[in-house]
Amino acid sequence: MADLYRENILEHYQNPSNFGTIDAPDITYEDTNPLCGDRIRIDLRIADGKIAEIKFSGRGCAISQASASILTELVDGEDLDAVRELSAQDILDELAIPISPARVKCALLGLKVLKAGAYGITDWPETE
Amino acid sequence: MTHQTQSQHTFDSERVRADFPILGRTARGKRLAYLDSAASTQKPQQVIDAINSFYSESNANVHRGVYELSERSTELYDQARGTIARLINAPDKRQCIFVRNTTEAINLVANSWGRENLKAGDTIVLTMLEHHSNIVPWQVIAQQVGAKIEYVDIDDAGRLRMDQLRELLASGSVKVVATTQVSNTLGTITPLKEITSLAHDAGAIVVADAAQSVPHMQVDVQDLDVDFLAFSGHKMVGPMGIGVLYGKRDLLEAMPPYQTGGSMIREVHLDHTTWADLPEKFEAGTPSVADAVGIAVAADYLSEIGFASIREHEITLTNYALGQLREIPGMTLFGPDGEDRAGVVSFVIDGAHPHDIASILDGEGVAVRAGHHCAQPLMRRLDVTATARASFYIYNTEEDVDQLVSAVETVNSIFGRRAS
Repeated sequence: MADLYRENILEHYQNPSNFGTIDAPDITYEDTNPLCGDRIRIDLRIADGKIAEIKFSGRGCAISQASASILTELVDGEDLDAVRELSAQDILDELAIPISPARVKCALLGLKVLKAGAYGITDWPETE
Repeated sequence: MTHQTQSQHTFDSERVRADFPILGRTARGKRLAYLDSAASTQKPQQVIDAINSFYSESNANVHRGVYELSERSTELYDQARGTIARLINAPDKRQCIFVRNTTEAINLVANSWGRENLKAGDTIVLTMLEHHSNIVPWQVIAQQVGAKIEYVDIDDAGRLRMDQLRELLASGSVKVVATTQVSNTLGTITPLKEITSLAHDAGAIVVADAAQSVPHMQVDVQDLDVDFLAFSGHKMVGPMGIGVLYGKRDLLEAMPPYQTGGSMIREVHLDHTTWADLPEKFEAGTPSVADAVGIAVAADYLSEIGFASIREHEITLTNYALGQLREIPGMTLFGPDGEDRAGVVSFVIDGAHPHDIASILDGEGVAVRAGHHCAQPLMRRLDVTATARASFYIYNTEEDVDQLVSAVETVNSIFGRRAS
């Protein structure tokens, strides 16, 4: 289990990047993982079709919070059209830890919230 | 199995373990410490064999055939009902209805008794300890008939506020009190006999969720004087897919059927139908006979060990666990300390989410439940989003507890030292 809780995961969990909210965001969306009650909200400021600012807030397990933190670093400043192509596998690759089937939704909650807010895609990101 | 040879209040848990083939396997390459019996128990070889033997030697549909196999199947089904009636000391086995599980049993009462007896202005009393299965069916029927729902709160230790129950009953509008006998989350054993007495004095009936009590302690429906009592096979070393609703005879006889169709009829005409007698009136369709046989063997298995021994074993293990867990830094334990606590230990640790706790425990071969335990109102009342929960049963040993405690220490070594 030490594998799952590698240093970078714990670092993002305990000191998350881009944690907080945006005053008057262009996009805001919040969702929960009904299985465990993990909750994530993502606020976005958009400028010239790019993510000019991103903040997330919420509470939940280390995997969901660290994953959301990593996601915000990944997409900050990126083109919205490019972010749309981000897949579940991209997030799992970025986390670089062995995620068991029971924990996949924890890892993907941030991506789900981002895609629901930015593109209206409310389905869970598909995994291979 | 010859547990009778043991002294009255002890039994050899190693010997019990030997009856449960699944406990011999490993989990994540470690010894399996199965501490999630409050969710579902493991099954002894005796139960597995009984189901196998039913399908190998006795399978046929019940009630209908005159041929030998159908007679055999019907006889086994009736015998199973008799065994269940003896388990809870029901006056008549026809008062024991086979259903799929506790949830279905409560839905049956809420829909059948509720639709017939509840009206606008009536009050349904629930408790803050309830599992969703004893909340949602009542919410739905309350909405349909215009009844109101009130909750009996808990005190800081997790015991029911009996003063609130008395106050609610004094209003005179309470028609039903639906309460758990043992909280699946806190382990609180509620004073069911006292609740029943108070409710009856106020003209209300009592529906007991006994899913967490029947497997672990002697439950006597006549002594409790409870009106309805529901439990599941899979939480008492029996199969999944079978449960029991006990009801008082006059209530059951006055109630309309819940589901309709085959088996539950006396006569079907083109424009109307008359109902079968108890228990068939409430058992529409082909029942799960193999699972009824399985739950009966499970009941015999537990009775042979003896509920006094089971209870004592669980108290010993729970106290052993609480004593060690209490010493762990950052630990918060829930539930009452005392005689009125079953073998359930819910906890949270500062800086570690319950799902992370459960994942780390899983890596050490320790199976616990993490989440809201189908008791979201209770989670909000405790001001937590989730807890981790270990629950103990006949096959658990101090070795399981030691494995749990050591794994929880691993949680702290991963999260605890870093918490700022």
